Amino acid sequence: MSAMGDSGYRSLVDPEGGIVDRSIFVDDQIFNDEQEAVFTRAWLFVAHETQIPNPGDFFVSRMGTESVIVSRDRESKIHVFLNSCRHRGMKVCRYDEGNTTSFTCPYHAWQYGSDGRLLGVPQNLTLYPDLDKSQWPLVEVPQMENYKGSIWATWDADAPPFLDYLGDAKLHLDLTLDGRDGSEGGSEIIAGVHKWIIPCNWKFPAENFLGDTYHNISHESVDLIGIGPSAAAGQKGRRDADIAEYQHVWAAFEGGHGVHSALRPAELGYQPTFRDHPAVEEYYRKCFESREKRLGDAARLVPFVGTLFPNTSYHGGQPRALCVWHPHGPTSTEVWRFFLVDADAPDEVKELLRKYYMRYSGPAGMTEQDDMENWNYATAGSMGPVARRHPFNYQQSMHASSWEGPVAGQVSTQISEQNPRRYYEAWAAYMDGQSWDQIYSLGQQARGNGR
Amino acid sequence: MNQLPRTSAFFALQAEVADVLSTEAHLLDDRQYNEWLDFLAEDIVYFVPMQRNVEVGTHAERETTREGKDMHWFEDDKWTLTKRVEQILTGVHWAEEPYSRVTHLTTNTQIVTAEPSVDDATIVEARSRFIVYQNRVEYEEYYFVGKRTDTLRRVDTEIGWELVRRDVTLDQNVLLAKNLTVFL
Repeated sequence: MSAMGDSGYRSLVDPEGGIVDRSIFVDDQIFNDEQEAVFTRAWLFVAHETQIPNPGDFFVSRMGTESVIVSRDRESKIHVFLNSCRHRGMKVCRYDEGNTTSFTCPYHAWQYGSDGRLLGVPQNLTLYPDLDKSQWPLVEVPQMENYKGSIWATWDADAPPFLDYLGDAKLHLDLTLDGRDGSEGGSEIIAGVHKWIIPCNWKFPAENFLGDTYHNISHESVDLIGIGPSAAAGQKGRRDADIAEYQHVWAAFEGGHGVHSALRPAELGYQPTFRDHPAVEEYYRKCFESREKRLGDAARLVPFVGTLFPNTSYHGGQPRALCVWHPHGPTSTEVWRFFLVDADAPDEVKELLRKYYMRYSGPAGMTEQDDMENWNYATAGSMGPVARRHPFNYQQSMHASSWEGPVAGQVSTQISEQNPRRYYEAWAAYMDGQSWDQIYSLGQQARGNGR
Repeated sequence: MNQLPRTSAFFALQAEVADVLSTEAHLLDDRQYNEWLDFLAEDIVYFVPMQRNVEVGTHAERETTREGKDMHWFEDDKWTLTKRVEQILTGVHWAEEPYSRVTHLTTNTQIVTAEPSVDDATIVEARSRFIVYQNRVEYEEYYFVGKRTDTLRRVDTEIGWELVRRDVTLDQNVLLAKNLTVFL
C-alpha cells in the first residue's frame, strides 16, 4: 500500500518529538501515493462562483494532478467533472474558461452537456445500438460545496460534509471570505488567476501558510524598501502595521488545518491603514466601525494566513487571496492564486488592492519571490541520500500551546511549529489509509497525551 | 495593414529606435538598473498581462487579462518599478541574490506610428520581438519569449528617448518559471 512497508507513513512523522523525515518532500513513490491517499479523499478548492456567473459558464481547474471542469449548467447548477472523455480519455475541454452549451471531445466527438450528461455519440445507431448513454456521463465529484462563493469538491463520497471537514477552522476561512465590514460573504474574485510552476514539493508552501511567522527574516529586502499601502507615508514593511499590536494566535484543528490569526486587544481602537490614499483609508475606517457594530467582541479577531488541509491556503488581510498548491511532481508545484475583494467595495478601493496584490504576490510579487527561492532550494537541498538521512526539526515552541486559548483549537500565542506538527500527523493518517473517524480524533488523542 | 510609407526617413527612424532598444537591453543586462530607471518616463506604464487558452471567436474578449481591471503579471508605474530596483540593490533579495545572468535579445523592430511625422517624430510607437534568457545560480534556465509594443518620447538625454509605455505579450499561459525577477 505504501512505500514504507509495514511501518507505515506514521514512522516518517513524529509530532511528539518534532521530527519529520525529508523523504516526504522529495520521494517519487511517496508523491505517487499522495495522489490516491490524499487528493482523492480531501476537500479541494476548485473555483469561485463569481468566475462562472452565467448559465453555460465554465472554468477548468485541477484536483491534485488531474484536470476538472467547473461548469454552471443551463439550470444554473454548479458541477465539477473530471476533464476526460469516457471513451478514450481525451480532455473534453482544453480552454481555461468560457461559455458553452456542451463539451465535445476532439478525438471521436462524444458530446457532453454542461450538466455532464452524454448527449451524443457519432454513428450511435449503427455502432452502439445498445449504448445506455445515461451510464456514461462525465465523471462527477460525489460531493461539491459552494461555501460563501468558494467552490470545493472531493472525490470521496464518504468524506465528512465540508463544514464538518473544516471544523473550527471555519471561523478563520469566514474571516477571509466575509466582507471587511463584517457582513457575511460578498467577496468576489478579481479576474485573472495567477498560475505558475515552482520547483518545490507542494507541502513546502502549504506548510508555510500554516503560519510560519519565523520566516519573516527572509523578507528583509521588501521590508527595507516598503511596498505596503502606506509606503509613501513612510511605513516600512510589506503591508500596513494594523495588527502589529494585536495578540497573534496560531491554531491547529482536527483534520490537519492550521491558521495564524490575530486578536485586537480590547482597549485598542482602529489602527490607520492605506494612509497613502485618504479616500481608501476612510472606507476602511468605516468598515472597521461597521464590523464592530455588527460583530461586537467577535470583531477583535482578524485573519492573517492559514492552510486548509491539504493544499488550499489563504491570505486573509493584506493581500487577500486563496492559493492552491497543486501537486505537479515530487519536486514541482503548480500554484494557482485567486485574488479576493469585496464585491461592493468602491472602484478606487478595488483598484488600489489590485495594484497592491500584484506587487506583493505571485512570481512578480516583491514579497513572494523570496518565498519561491526558499521553497525551490529547500527541496533541492533535501534530495540527496545523505540529506535524506537527516530529518527536519519541527521542535519550535514544543509544549507551548493550550487547548483553552483565546480561540478554539490547539492554540499557541507565540511563534510555533505546532501547526505543521499537527498537519503532518494528519498527512500520515491519510497516507496510512486511516478512517475519517481516526483522522478526526488525532487532536483529541494529542490532547489526551498532554501535547 | 495601413503601414507607414517605407521612406529613407522611416528607415532612419526605425534604426534609431532599434538602437535605443539595444541600449536599454544593455543597461539591463549590465545591471545598470538606476540608469535603466532614468530611461523610463515619469508616467510610464509597464504592462504584462496573462494569456488564456480560449475558444476561437472569443479571443478579443477573453484571451488577455484586461488593463485597469484584472490581475496581470505586471501593471506597474514608475514608483513600483523603482521599488523593484531598490529591492534588487538591497543585497538581501534572495530571488536575485546572487544575481542571475540575463541577456535580452530584441529584434523585428518596426515603427508603427510616428507623431507628428516620421520626419520630425517626437512620439513613436514601435513593435518588436524579444527573447530574454535567464540563468540562475547553477542549473536554472528560463526563456521568456514574446512581443513588445513600446511608446517612446523624444527627450534631451544621452539616449535621446524615454520609454512612456511598454505592452508585453509573454507567450506563456501557466508561467513556466518560479519568478519574474527580470524586466521584459
